[in-house]
This record gives sequence, C-alpha cells and structure tokens, in this order.
Amino acid sequence: MASASVTVSPAPAVQYLLRVGDTALILGQRLGEWTGHAPVLEEDIALANMALDLVGQARALLTYAGSLEDQDLDEDQLAFLREERDFHNVTLVELPRGDFAATVLRNAMLATFFRLLWQRLRDSSDAEVAGIAEKAIKEARYHQQHACDWVVRLGQGTEESRRRMVAAIDQLWRYSAELFSDDAVDEQAAASGLGPRWSELRPQWETEMNTVLQHAGLEAPAPGKFLSAGKRGQHSEHMGYILAEMQYLQRTYPGGEW
Amino acid sequence: MSEQNVKAEWPLWEVFVRTKSGLDHKHCGSLHAADAKMAIQMARDVYTRRQEGNSVWVVRSDHIVASDPGDKDMYFDPMEDKVYRHPTFYKLPGSVDHM
Repeated sequence: MASASVTVSPAPAVQYLLRVGDTALILGQRLGEWTGHAPVLEEDIALANMALDLVGQARALLTYAGSLEDQDLDEDQLAFLREERDFHNVTLVELPRGDFAATVLRNAMLATFFRLLWQRLRDSSDAEVAGIAEKAIKEARYHQQHACDWVVRLGQGTEESRRRMVAAIDQLWRYSAELFSDDAVDEQAAASGLGPRWSELRPQWETEMNTVLQHAGLEAPAPGKFLSAGKRGQHSEHMGYILAEMQYLQRTYPGGEW
Repeated sequence: MSEQNVKAEWPLWEVFVRTKSGLDHKHCGSLHAADAKMAIQMARDVYTRRQEGNSVWVVRSDHIVASDPGDKDMYFDPMEDKVYRHPTFYKLPGSVDHM
C-alpha cells in the first residue's frame, strides 16, 4: 500500500544529508505556522518566504538523499511517509514556534549555522551537494541578516521585548549543543569529503552569535550538560505532532496530488 | 485609536523597484517599517518575491511632497489642446532607429 511507511538507508552519507535536509524541512514547517499570524503583514510575508526557501533546500537534499544507495525514494515519500525515528533533524527546530522572540532567536541560531554549513558544503566532494549549497547559501545569508536584526531590535527594544528575548535564550540556547556534537556520521562525511564535521563550525558560530547578542545587550548562558539527540532520531514530544500535521494528507489519501 | 497608538505605529514608506539594470526605479507600493534598514528588507520580502527586481529604493512617505489634487484643473488641463508640444510633427531620417 502506498501509505506504508518507508525506511531509509543507514549509510552515513544518507544520514548526513538527511540531517541537513530534515532540519531545513522541519524549520520550514514551523515557520509556516506564522502565516496569517505574524505581528505585521510585512513580517508575515518575510517568514513565509523564509519557510519556502527552507522547504526548497529540503526538497533538493531529500531528493538527492533518496536517490543514493539504490533506495529509489522520492522527496514526497521521504517527507510524508517516514516515521519519527527516521527523521534526522536537530531537536531545536521541532520545538513549538513560541512567541516572536523565540522565533527570531531560533532563526538566528539556525541561519548562522546553515550559512556556515553551506559555505563548507560548497566545497563538497559531491558535485550535487556543492550545487545545492551554492544556491542555498544566498538564502541563508539573508535569513541570518533578517533574524539577527530582529534579535538586536528586540534585545534593545522595550522592557517587554527584552524580557521575551531573555526568556527565549533561556529556553532555546541549550539546544545549540546538539548542532556541534559529532558522531560516526560526521567522521565519515569528513573522511569522504562530503562535508565538514559539524563541530568544526562551532568556533565561528559562537563568534557570530556572541557578536549579535552583544549588540542586543544580551548574553549567552554558560554551557551546560544538556544534549538533545534529534539528529540521531531521538526526538522531543513535539515531533509526533508536527509529523501528524505534515503527513496527515498523504497518509489518508495515499499518492494524492494537486 | 488613541493619539498615542497612532504615534506608536511604524511609519509608512514608499517602495520603488527597478526591474532591470539600466531601467528606472518604479513606484510599486508602500509598507510600514520601523526604520530604513527594516524598510529595505521588507520591501525585498514584500515586493520582489516573484523576481520583480534587482534593486529597491525606499523613502519615508511623509518626505514626499505631492501636488494638491484640488489644483488638478489649473495644473494639468491647460495642456490638453497643445498637441504641438509632442515632437510627432518632425520627419525622422530613416537611419535614426529606436526613437
């Protein structure tokens, strides 16, 4: 039956690409939740634009990841017919969208990460991945500028906007540790030249994020021991709800198109 | 809306988009933004999402000085019967293209 779940290859290259693609996909889904709800019309459109950029990046990566290792899975099967454990997005993106402060902080954290990652993936030994990165980095640059501007504005804004930014940092910052925790998938990618170990991006990420926080008059919390593991398929309680919403249509009407 | 709320609203900006290098910027609409930097970003997000342009200008709406609609008769109607101001009565040499 077409609605039966698909499973993905455990090959490290596939896992590596799905970590990137799924992180973009789920963040795109979360940003899409602002459509019709953003504080002002202009920002509503901006968030939807960014969501579409991210979904576009996810499509390219999922399509390619699904073609490796004779899997013959297309982007739709991967997005709509995988089960929770087979999603490899970092936990940070699956957390509820929160208020506008949480949204722009998460966007700033991830856009900065993505920009650094795409920058490195442009030199991937895999020409397909390098091509995707070449296009995506332009989008990530804008996302970073947009989100970081907002972090500074809210940090330096009113008493309330500052309070909300502080709360967002308090809630979200700890999830950044996962972005840089390496494992065998990273080692394999580094060895084959597919892409960097994500930990290699950490120093630059911290420098850029700290600059933004400094401009905003905010501070990053001291590193703790908390480590989420979404990219290894161990998700938070929020993931199931996103997938239910995302996958409902394909699961109910297998192969449905419009 | 109280007077204070009106003041707290973001100012209005007029947006001009250039569709191609070499062409002029054309007015395409307006938006609300807190400052110039935000206005440029929002203009990009709101008015160029379908590849409408490669350059945007924004200007605070209250910095634009406009003619008074009440002056329309006095200002513009007198030109109606002065077709001789169009250069259409000249014969162009065949070698002049694209005029």
